Amino acid sequence: MNSRRSGLSLPALFWFTGFIFIPLLIVLAVSLATRGIYGGFAWDISFANFQRCFSETYLGIFFESLQVASITTLMCAVIGTLMAWAMATAAPRHRYFYVCAVALPFLTNLVIRIYAIRVFVGFEGPLQSFLMALGIAVDPFSFSQNQWLVYYGMVTTYLPFMVLPLYGAFEKFDFNLVEAAQDLGAGPWRILFSVILPNLKRALISGAILVFVPAMGEYVIPDLLGGAKNMLLGNLIAEEFLKARDWPLGSAISILLIAVLLLVASALMKFGGEKHGH
Amino acid sequence: MAIERVRPAAPLPAKILLWLVLSLLYVPILVMILGSVLDAGILTPKWFLQVFDDGVLMSALGNSLLVALGASVLSTFLGTFAAIGIFRSKSKIRWAIEGLSVISLIFPEIVFALSLLSWFFVLGLELGLTTVMIAHVSFSLSYVMMTVGARLANMDASLEDAARDLGAGEMEILRSVILPLLKPAITGGFILSFLLSFDDFLITYFVNGVGRDTLPVKLYAAMKMGVSPKLHALSTMMFFFTVALLWVLLKSQVLKALLDRK
Repeated sequence: MNSRRSGLSLPALFWFTGFIFIPLLIVLAVSLATRGIYGGFAWDISFANFQRCFSETYLGIFFESLQVASITTLMCAVIGTLMAWAMATAAPRHRYFYVCAVALPFLTNLVIRIYAIRVFVGFEGPLQSFLMALGIAVDPFSFSQNQWLVYYGMVTTYLPFMVLPLYGAFEKFDFNLVEAAQDLGAGPWRILFSVILPNLKRALISGAILVFVPAMGEYVIPDLLGGAKNMLLGNLIAEEFLKARDWPLGSAISILLIAVLLLVASALMKFGGEKHGH
Repeated sequence: MAIERVRPAAPLPAKILLWLVLSLLYVPILVMILGSVLDAGILTPKWFLQVFDDGVLMSALGNSLLVALGASVLSTFLGTFAAIGIFRSKSKIRWAIEGLSVISLIFPEIVFALSLLSWFFVLGLELGLTTVMIAHVSFSLSYVMMTVGARLANMDASLEDAARDLGAGEMEILRSVILPLLKPAITGGFILSFLLSFDDFLITYFVNGVGRDTLPVKLYAAMKMGVSPKLHALSTMMFFFTVALLWVLLKSQVLKALLDRK
C-alpha cells in the first residue's frame, strides 16, 4: 500500500548514487590510471599501481596497521566485556549513567579528545609532573608521542563501538543462569567463560567489525599521538593524496584496504554464524 | 513484566576496570577544561577572550556554522523523505538505499574522503564550502534516515488507516498525520546531522578549499605546533557546544529510540 510513497526516497537515492556510489567507482578507476605530471592523474590504464603496493615499505606499513588494528580490537573486546558486565550488573539507576558516560566521548569531536590527551601527557603536563614527583624519570619528548599513546587514543576512541553492543547483549542475558552456576559452586571467571561468553558471541563479533574496520584506516590518532615512526595505512593514503600527489597509488592502496576489510568482516561474520547455529 | 530480580554483581576487577577506563576517558578532558579557566592557579576568562578576539578563528567558526546548518537542513530534508518512502516498501529503491546507507556508515572515513576528492576533481568542481557541505550531507543522511525510521517503526499504523478511511489522500495523510507524528524524530535527526557536520575533521580536511577552514581543521593545524591555554579554551568551548546539543537530543528521546531499536 505504500508503493506510491517510495518515490519520496528518490532524491536520497540520487544523492547516495552521486556522492557515495560513483565516487567509489572513481577510486577504482583512478587506481588503474597513471599519475599526472602536476598531480591528478591521466587515463593510461594499467595494474602498475597495484604492483607498486607490494613493495617492502608498503607491506611493512600494512602489517603494522594490521597489528595495531588487531591489538586494538582485542583490547576493546577484553576491556569491553568486563566493562559491560560491570555496567549491566550495576544498580538500575546507575546503568543509564554508565551508558551515557561511555557514549558521550564517542559523540564528541575526535580532534578535541586527542588534543586533551596531548595536554594530559604532554610536555610538563600533569601526568609527567606526577611521574617526576614520584621520582620516575621520563624523557619528555618521546613520552608525548609514541606507540603506547596511539593505543591509548585508539582504545578509548573505539571502545564504545564494542561496549554498547555488548551491553545490549547483557541486557537480554538471563542472569538466573549466573545464579544457578553460583549455586553449583562456579567462581566468577568460570561463570564468565562458560555461562556468559557463549551468549555474547554475536555482540562480540559485531563489536569487532565496528572496531577493526575504522581502526585499520585510522588517520588522526597515529598522526597526532604517534611519533614519526608510527605510520599506518590511513596516514600512507593521506600522504599519497595530500603530499606526494600520487592519487593512483593512494587509490590502489585504498582498494586493497577495502578488499582486506571485506575479507576480515565476512570471515568474522561467518565465524559468528557457524557458532551461533549449534 | 515482574520487578526485575537483582543481578549477581560482576567481580571487583571488572568494576575497577570500568572506573579506570572512564577516568582515562574523562581526566584528560577535565585537565583541559581546568587549563582553559586558570592562569597560574587563578580563575580567569582571558583565554576565552583571546579566542573571541582571534579573527581567523572566528571566521573558521562562521564557516563551521554555515556548513553545519546547510548540510543538516539538506540531509534532514532528504533523509526524512527517504525514510518515509522506504518504510514498509518492497521496492528495489529500498534495497538500493539501505545498501548504500550501510556502505556510508561502515566504510573507513579516509576512503570516503579521498573518493569524494577524486570525484570533485573529475567533475571539475572547485573545492570550497560547497564541496564540504556536499560531503557532510553524504555521511549524515544515513543518521537522519535511522532516526526517522526508528520513529516510523514505533508509529501506530491504525492512525494512517483511519485517515484513509475518512477519505484523506496520500498527500494529506503525509502532511496532517505522518509528518506531525515524526516531528520529534525530524528535530533529532537535524541536531544529530548538525553535530556530525560541526565535529567532522577528516572528510573536511580532504575536500575543503584553501583558506576555507572549519574549526576542527584549524584546531588540528594549531595543535601540530603544540598546546596552549588559548587552544584549551577553544577546545573547551567546542566540547560544551557538543555536550549542550547532545543534552537536547537526550531530552528529545531520540537517542533512546535509536538504542532501543537495536
